[in-house]
Amino acid sequence: MEALAAIARIAAEAGDAVADPAAAKNTAAAASAGYAYGLAAIGPGIGIGIIFGKAIESMARQPEAAGMVRTTMFLGVAFTEALALIGFVAFILLKFA
Amino acid sequence: MTNNVNPSVLAMRDTGPSPEAQITRDIVKRGVIAAPALVTASWLIWGTNGAWSSGYGLGLVLCNFMIAAGLVATTARISYALMMAATLFGYIVRLGIVALAVMLVRNEPWVDLMALGLTLVISHLGLLFWEMRYVSATLAFPGLKPTTEKANV
Repeated sequence: MEALAAIARIAAEAGDAVADPAAAKNTAAAASAGYAYGLAAIGPGIGIGIIFGKAIESMARQPEAAGMVRTTMFLGVAFTEALALIGFVAFILLKFA
Repeated sequence: MTNNVNPSVLAMRDTGPSPEAQITRDIVKRGVIAAPALVTASWLIWGTNGAWSSGYGLGLVLCNFMIAAGLVATTARISYALMMAATLFGYIVRLGIVALAVMLVRNEPWVDLMALGLTLVISHLGLLFWEMRYVSATLAFPGLKPTTEKANV
């Protein structure tokens, strides 16, 4: 019963937020910021996984080239991370600025 | 049931010099060189708060690079499998640390979020492109060091 009352209260608050354009705008901005950050972190995660997988494969095939592979791998990972960083910056600017 | 995984592959490790540490040392050196210009530019655009935020952002980027390099260099000496695990989870952890570091200061009076955000992106990418230029040259011509050009002229 208490859970139903809590759901009803949250629904009523959401209704109030929709009724108020400024609150609705803030809610939409917060949701967009969350999506931006979340989506921006998925791609680099996959990219870093691919980069490391291939680097490990290369080092296993040619251990003597490990130094060169690790150098380019580290730079590649750092560049890929920049995408996530851009998503994070978009998040803080949308949400808080 | 046969196990096709060669245990030596999982136990492979690198005991040689760590290139990540060298790259990060270069990046930090260049970051320190670029810092006055970046902070001054922020000060001109956003004022004193922009300058402080810019300095904080640059410090955050350099710390992020140092943690990344430290993780890879340390775990590579133990095993490549651990290096991969540490880097993938390290990516999440480092992203969390950057987020936490920004969230902790976002309401401080000396923080300008626009300056901080732009500094994070611009300094990260700028320092990487700067370093990549050097690394490309040394990979293309392993026998030559860019610093020897002046000596040869």
